[in-house]
Amino acid sequence: MTIAVPDSSVIETAPQPRSAIAEFVRQQPLGTVSLFIIVVMMFAGVASELVAPYDPLAINFTSIMSAPSWTHWCGTDAYGRDICSRLIYGSRTALVIGFTSSFIGSSIGAVLGIASAYFGGRIDSWIQRVMDVLLAFPIIVLALVVVAAFGKLLVGDIDLNLIIAIAIPIVPRVARVVRAAAFSVRVMPYVDAARAAGYSHTRIIFRHMAPNVVAPYLIMLTAFIAQAILAEASLSFLGLGVQEPTAAWGLMLSGNASDFYRQAPWLILFPGVAISLAVFAFNLFGDSLRDFLDPRFKV
Amino acid sequence: MESRRTTLKKMAGAFALGASGLSLETMRAEAQSPKKGGTLTYAMSAETPHYDGHGSDTFATIQFSAPFYSTLLKFDLDKYPNVTGDLAQSYTVSPDKLSYTFKLHPNVKFHDGAPCTSADVKATYDRLRNPPQGVVSTRKATFADIASIETPDPLTVVFKLKGVNAAILQHFGSPWNFIYSAKDLEKDPNWPKTHINGTGAFTFVEHVKGSHVAGKRNESYFKKGLPYLDGFKGVFFLQAATMLNALQGGQVQAEFRSISEPEKQRLIQTMGDKIRIQESSWTLNLLVCFNVEKKPFDDARVRRALVMAIDRWGGSKGLGQISTLRSVGGVLRPGYPLATPEAELVKLPGFSKDIAKSRAEAKKILADAGLKDLKFTLHNRSIAQPYTPAGVFLVDQWRQIGVTVENKQQETAPYLAGLNSGNYDVAIDFSNLFMDDPSLALSKYLSIDRSPDNRSRSKDPELDKLYDAQMRELDPKKRQALIQAFEKRLFEQAYQQPLLWWYRMVPTHKTVMGWRMSPSHNLGQDLSDVWLNT
Amino acid sequence: MLRYTINRVLLTIPTLLGVAVLVFFMLRIVPGDIVEVKLRGDGGAVTQETIEMERHRLGLDKPLMIQFKDWMVGVVTFNYGISMWTERPVMEEIAIRLELSLEVAILATLIAILFAIPLGTTAALYRDTWIDYLMRIVTIGGISIPAFWFGMLIMLSLLAAFNWLPPITFTPIYEDPVANLTQLIWPAAAVGYRYCAVTARMIRSSLLEVLNEDYIRTARAKGVQEKLVISRHALRNALLPAITVIALEFTFLIGGLVVTEQVFNLNGIGQLFVQSVTRNDFTLIQGMVMLIAAFYVFVNLAVDLLYAVFDPRIRYT
Repeated sequence: MTIAVPDSSVIETAPQPRSAIAEFVRQQPLGTVSLFIIVVMMFAGVASELVAPYDPLAINFTSIMSAPSWTHWCGTDAYGRDICSRLIYGSRTALVIGFTSSFIGSSIGAVLGIASAYFGGRIDSWIQRVMDVLLAFPIIVLALVVVAAFGKLLVGDIDLNLIIAIAIPIVPRVARVVRAAAFSVRVMPYVDAARAAGYSHTRIIFRHMAPNVVAPYLIMLTAFIAQAILAEASLSFLGLGVQEPTAAWGLMLSGNASDFYRQAPWLILFPGVAISLAVFAFNLFGDSLRDFLDPRFKV
Repeated sequence: MESRRTTLKKMAGAFALGASGLSLETMRAEAQSPKKGGTLTYAMSAETPHYDGHGSDTFATIQFSAPFYSTLLKFDLDKYPNVTGDLAQSYTVSPDKLSYTFKLHPNVKFHDGAPCTSADVKATYDRLRNPPQGVVSTRKATFADIASIETPDPLTVVFKLKGVNAAILQHFGSPWNFIYSAKDLEKDPNWPKTHINGTGAFTFVEHVKGSHVAGKRNESYFKKGLPYLDGFKGVFFLQAATMLNALQGGQVQAEFRSISEPEKQRLIQTMGDKIRIQESSWTLNLLVCFNVEKKPFDDARVRRALVMAIDRWGGSKGLGQISTLRSVGGVLRPGYPLATPEAELVKLPGFSKDIAKSRAEAKKILADAGLKDLKFTLHNRSIAQPYTPAGVFLVDQWRQIGVTVENKQQETAPYLAGLNSGNYDVAIDFSNLFMDDPSLALSKYLSIDRSPDNRSRSKDPELDKLYDAQMRELDPKKRQALIQAFEKRLFEQAYQQPLLWWYRMVPTHKTVMGWRMSPSHNLGQDLSDVWLNT
Repeated sequence: MLRYTINRVLLTIPTLLGVAVLVFFMLRIVPGDIVEVKLRGDGGAVTQETIEMERHRLGLDKPLMIQFKDWMVGVVTFNYGISMWTERPVMEEIAIRLELSLEVAILATLIAILFAIPLGTTAALYRDTWIDYLMRIVTIGGISIPAFWFGMLIMLSLLAAFNWLPPITFTPIYEDPVANLTQLIWPAAAVGYRYCAVTARMIRSSLLEVLNEDYIRTARAKGVQEKLVISRHALRNALLPAITVIALEFTFLIGGLVVTEQVFNLNGIGQLFVQSVTRNDFTLIQGMVMLIAAFYVFVNLAVDLLYAVFDPRIRYT
């Protein structure tokens, strides 16, 4: 497995933003499709109130489990709530938890990875040992332990403990890759020059090294959004994540949803498709971003 | 089948059917002579933490252990709520109702071969009423009325009571009170928690943790000719969906707790006349419970406003289609003779059929109390049926009077810990009774110093007085009036109030015969007269 | 090689100790007294006396550092104490379920490898043709579709199409291989799909890379048969990264199993884990996390050693 490092020229000669997007679209048709899905999802998540045709929480016992139609595009669930609206609001839950946990996890991971590479020696090996420990926990297992130990810490509809639980396992995975990338930057003459000039560690790390690991950082960040969405869906499915009546995709699949597979297969069809589509989009976008930013870089 | 289903439909509206309402088909089945042999496989939606019925409150222990044990008396499900002998061949009650004498069946043997005598019954009831250090007996209070237990000869047991207790015979028939061997208890009082040695119709084969329990026919069972089955296997299912799949796919032949309406519909659609569904109202309800020690729920007006916003009749129709909740009722099971009739019930706060008016009134009360934007969390249990639908429903109901509620579902342990320690604002509580006796059903609402089960933590001497009066009242008419007065006072104060009663629907394959339906899922699980018509 | 092996084995020790420390302290900062939560959760009236007794029985009345010492000694001697819920030894509870989960994990790995090699190879050989595109769609599906949802779809399709479902109780493979496999092949397929997809993608890309290497060109120039070039030279080298992926993805496999066992009602480690979390059975959680982490560490150790055997460069770096 080769980890080549993006040399600084990639960043420095990066074209203007607008043409960069055009270039991305030209080079990565599949990536563009996934980007489109992500943008749609984000729009749905941000502007749920405007986009959703119905109130996602409004119970209507007179239209229980009605089939998809022009009035209810994805049908209604066992409480007569509009599934389409719940999917739209659910994208907010998925994105908020996916983005924040992946962002927190990747950022801490990146800082630790750079620090590890920059200081080297004892600090490096200590950080690496700790990362090894964290690496031994599967995402779901660690998240379940956190749920068991700390319960829920709700701020609005969002469970902060859940975000932390999903973020922690991301840290070591990002730290490893970023460390490898940062190592080769560290031996570059300009880092030595900065040191010789007496700049502080913080300044060197953030000013000189960080920009050069932006590419792997962004790629990991996107890829782990997909993982985080999946983890959130799994936890909600187990009944340990987001709770009714909040709209969340995993939750829509849990409980008795599959009991209705004959009368109302749309109950388990659409939420599953939504999860798959979101995970698909972020995975693929991460891949395309990798190919675009640096064809030689592989995760 | 058709005729039974249409009969059921007709009766469903009246909620009148107790267990007796559905015995038509059962009677037809009894007319056939039972066949011997075969293994019954049934589903259990929970796994018991231990085997000891004395220290348990959950059906998981009953459905696991009952086939291995006998009890002194048992409920006669064809004539519910009457009791009949199990280990006792006959019994007599003294005229002063203070002495109960039981004659045991002769030649009863424990599974280890030792004979079962009056000494074992005494040891069992001593453990129940006065558990030794380190033993948990959930029925200690129930048998506090027993003064002494005498054993004049190996087949006779005499219970002397301290005072008259009208419900004591039913407690002797309680399904939890397995008869243990005195010798085992002497060895280790906690022995029955982890070992099985009973006098029941089946002997223990294996318990594979997380998977199943199995038993085989007890060849030396004291009831001649029983049991019919060669053996049974009870399989644990954690997800309701997998249980239903297994029922439909034929891996299990029955689930004795209950399924919900849509699950029933699915089984009937896919299995046609291969499946039999027996229905009954259920001695179980969910309650809305306010913690009166927390502001603003110390204010009776606020509590009343909140219960008035709940459209129980609409909820019954809606939730009845998707959950195990169904019947609207007061403190006694709808359909039970002493329960308040619907015409009276609708006059009480929270039971009005004119929900628009009721909600307008509720809104006004809250506005007057300066609580227009009331916000609180609903303490709920994270079990899919029926706690989640109940939570979703309540959140929606209160939203309609401008109250914002967050449904916070917790695992059973922290959920109960929160309820019992009063660490919540508003909760969904439950009342799980194994029979209808009003003294048992009403005890939950007594002042907290008399009833630790009262999670609203209320203290109301007036309710306590009415309770004591109804317990002493022997005339049913007068007793019902007292119960209604109790109910009225309770609902006006609205410390806690039944949300909806559960509705029991038990699916069995048509081949399963001889099992009897009842209003409690804890009764009739010894499987001794179940047989397979294959 | 010996030196490398020793070094690599020694490196697992601090990792495992770290896991033990982390697990212990994480479950000790639980808000409130865990014994009280557990006992009150069981229902019934709980006296202070009962709580004290239970604390004593579980050794929770000792000072924290003594408890920590006991736990660490337990970890080293494989004695994880007793489950708070069932009151049986943690190791016993785990042992009952280990066989099933292990078998599903192995089956899933086998399925993954069995399908991934031909999938990845053909896709690489027919690069940018419709075969390649088809394969990419299939593998992207594997990465995106949640295993538990896929499992649900498998079960419901079996039920809808054949009105048949796999057996519900576990039979060991040495007793009745047919009953065993008809039960476990479905969950293995559900979690194996992702595994297979990731491996196939890795094989494809590393094969493409290898095919450009000089020695392959040399072999081709020498007139070696194309089949032989692929099987003898290219594939062998392309499999190395695939092995790494299998190790890295192992955690996903366990994670997937935790959720998927619920869907199939399998009496495995995953189900036990979810149960112990819902029952607040802290001693059992401790033991299981330790086990899962140890498993991961040893699989990675095995893969690293395997890698070193295949690729001599590693031993010396």
